Amino acid sequence: MAGFVERMRNGDIKSLIARNGIFVAFVAFMIAFGIGSDRFLTFDNLESVVRSSAMIGIMALGVTIVVISGNLDLSVGSMLSFGTVMVVNLHDKIGPGPAILVMMICVLLLGAVNGFLIGFVRLNSLIVTLGMLSAIQGLTLIYSGGKNVDVNPSTQDTTWFRVFGRGEVAGIDMPIIIFFALASFVGFIIAFTPYGRRVYAVGGNPTAAVFSGIRRNRVVFSTYIVSAFCVGIASIILGSRVMGSQNNVGQGYELLVLASVILGGTSLLGGSGSILKTVIGVLILGFIQNGLLLLGYPYFAQWIVTWIVIILAVWLDVAAKRGRLLSPIA
Amino acid sequence: MSEAQPVLRLEGIVKTFPGVRALDGVDFSVFPGEVHALMGENGAGKSTLMKVLAGMYQPNEGRIMIDRKPVVMRNPIEAKQNGIILIHQELSLAEQMTVAENVFLGELPRTRWGFVDWKVLEERVGSILAKLNCDFGPRTNVGSLSIAKKQMVEIARALTHHAKVVVFDEPTASLTDAEKVVLFDIINDLKSDGVSIVYISHRMEEIFTISDRITVLRDGSYRGTLVAADTTEDEVTQLMIGRSLDYSRNIEQGEIGDITLEVDGLSCGRLYSDVSFAVRAGEVVGFYGLVGAGRTEIAETLFGLREPTSGTIRLDGEAVSIGSPADAIANGISLVPESRKEQGLVLGMNCRDNITLPQVDDMTAGPFVSNGAEIAIYDMYRDRLDIKAPSWRSEVGNLSGGNQQKIVIGKWLAMKPRVLIVDEPTRGIDVGSKAEIHNLIRELAHSGYAVIVISSEMPEILRVSDRVIAMYQGRIMREFTADEVNEDNLVQAISGVGNGKAA
Repeated sequence: MAGFVERMRNGDIKSLIARNGIFVAFVAFMIAFGIGSDRFLTFDNLESVVRSSAMIGIMALGVTIVVISGNLDLSVGSMLSFGTVMVVNLHDKIGPGPAILVMMICVLLLGAVNGFLIGFVRLNSLIVTLGMLSAIQGLTLIYSGGKNVDVNPSTQDTTWFRVFGRGEVAGIDMPIIIFFALASFVGFIIAFTPYGRRVYAVGGNPTAAVFSGIRRNRVVFSTYIVSAFCVGIASIILGSRVMGSQNNVGQGYELLVLASVILGGTSLLGGSGSILKTVIGVLILGFIQNGLLLLGYPYFAQWIVTWIVIILAVWLDVAAKRGRLLSPIA
Repeated sequence: MSEAQPVLRLEGIVKTFPGVRALDGVDFSVFPGEVHALMGENGAGKSTLMKVLAGMYQPNEGRIMIDRKPVVMRNPIEAKQNGIILIHQELSLAEQMTVAENVFLGELPRTRWGFVDWKVLEERVGSILAKLNCDFGPRTNVGSLSIAKKQMVEIARALTHHAKVVVFDEPTASLTDAEKVVLFDIINDLKSDGVSIVYISHRMEEIFTISDRITVLRDGSYRGTLVAADTTEDEVTQLMIGRSLDYSRNIEQGEIGDITLEVDGLSCGRLYSDVSFAVRAGEVVGFYGLVGAGRTEIAETLFGLREPTSGTIRLDGEAVSIGSPADAIANGISLVPESRKEQGLVLGMNCRDNITLPQVDDMTAGPFVSNGAEIAIYDMYRDRLDIKAPSWRSEVGNLSGGNQQKIVIGKWLAMKPRVLIVDEPTRGIDVGSKAEIHNLIRELAHSGYAVIVISSEMPEILRVSDRVIAMYQGRIMREFTADEVNEDNLVQAISGVGNGKAA
């Protein structure tokens, strides 16, 4: 806050906007949509946007940590399909508790494969997770035999499994509560613990991190475990909410998740970024999509607008670092 | 010189950044065919001035005149068009491309069909390389060249542009003595062709070898221009730091204790072999040798970054196996690495976090890092090492080289090591900070650390060491005490003289 006041006093408002572009854009969007549609700023609408963003948000928490450590995770979408199909399929066979447990273990194993190949074998994260994206999709189809899965309709309303997607506490939907609780938890870990510090150091300068006695390989490995854990939680919520799943339910989520992270302002170069930024990125993405729908634009328009917003966000970010908006040289 | 007109003249250049006046009315002029050295401590404004000159920064006030005409250079391309070429400390070559492609990158000659005209290209580059006496051809891959040869490629690039002024920024930082001689020959050739040279370096002896005039900056302002032939190192130093330096060796010696580190028959493939030495508590052992003599590799082995093929390492008499930097740290070994930007610091992190990074696991209150404990450590080493940073929140990337180096040293002192290894402690650091760091190294030994200093600078080794170990091609050639070592016998030892091999 002191820094903020000082900057305002220096009259450096342009750089303030550039540096915190994402917050400014967020407020601007909310005002614009609020004026454009009287349904936009209602509690019901806001809640529904946050609820539908919660799943992407939870996955984005893990991916944020992966990105801060200097890598990528494109496998979260198909991992979500895998986890959801598995937990729904096992629900009737072995009961909700064991189903969740088995699914989490399997998803964490997939994360461990990512982490092992990228952290210890030192393969490029883009290649590994892109490969995993398609491999896990194949695994999901083999597991389900190509059929979509459902929880038995007779137990759908009675199983305690329904609480994750359909329950609420004090009038607030459970997915929202889980999202914010997990975001706070992960946010605190990354911002204030020694582990978090190591993640930033590895992303900021892996060589210097190793020279400081940080076991880089383990840190990278761990980020993929965190990412897989978040996907597991998202799978539980999705399975519980729908009480069924298609084989490809997570398709395309990897891009939405990555878009949210970038939109929030976490640099793909690693070493910077935060959970708070990602939460805001997630909400912006959600509100843009919702706002466009309320304003009567067709569903697919939001994809184009989303792309434009991401380009704007990245451009502002780069421009703030360069110190000017258009540069003849990089 | 007064009758000639300067080819380049900067008048009253002011450049401010938020909160900082980086340049405060600097005047600087360069005559045709002169070598003009620009000196100043880190943070004095040399780099800023050069960036203004290269069109990377726009001055807030003042003007730039080339051939007596005021010019505005909005970017490096326009600076090049005006005949100003900057040869960076960090070379900017496309490693996977050939020499010829690099020299004409962006301006490759074309055939009338629009394809690259390889014949013309190779002829033109070939003739430039011949002029520079290069022993490599235009088709050589740049990635396969040594740093010195890459620098030649950069110079060749400058020559294609009909350069009026060529700026060298610390060109000798990673050159061997032989390569340095070649570089100076080229600079003299350029000079006799009427090209002006701006030469930035911290190495005083080079400045006096190569330059005609010396301009000194301090704290962003102009302190004067001296004719090299009529001045002395002392005078330049005084202008730079505002006081004269005590160059005498700090002979004050602490109590030399027991052997802390003992290395016996250590070998690592072809990098070095059969290395044995011991370091006692309270003494500084200097490792001197040419680049590639194996000094850094030994340090890396002691710090767990390289596995030795044979030999033993003993700490306080007990054999230890060091498989990773974490092991080394646990055993009380610290390494201040040779490259502070690549190996020493996370540039985007703040000062405090960089200093506490190796021990952040032990600085917790509950599950969280203790803010208070961290700040206490930072404050302690800031005061002890006299680190000049606006606050602990400042990103280390924004500090001057000397202060960055102090952060790295502070980071490793804070670990309270038994053995402190310092690799090239003052590379790219100005004379003022250099002296401070030398005194600090002496002080550390005095307070009981076993210190190893690796350096390619002879004056540095002679000033700080109690014993000097001379290395040549991976072997220890000779060990000297402080009393018997001098420049002559040291040079002989590190060039393999008397061993049937020439350097």
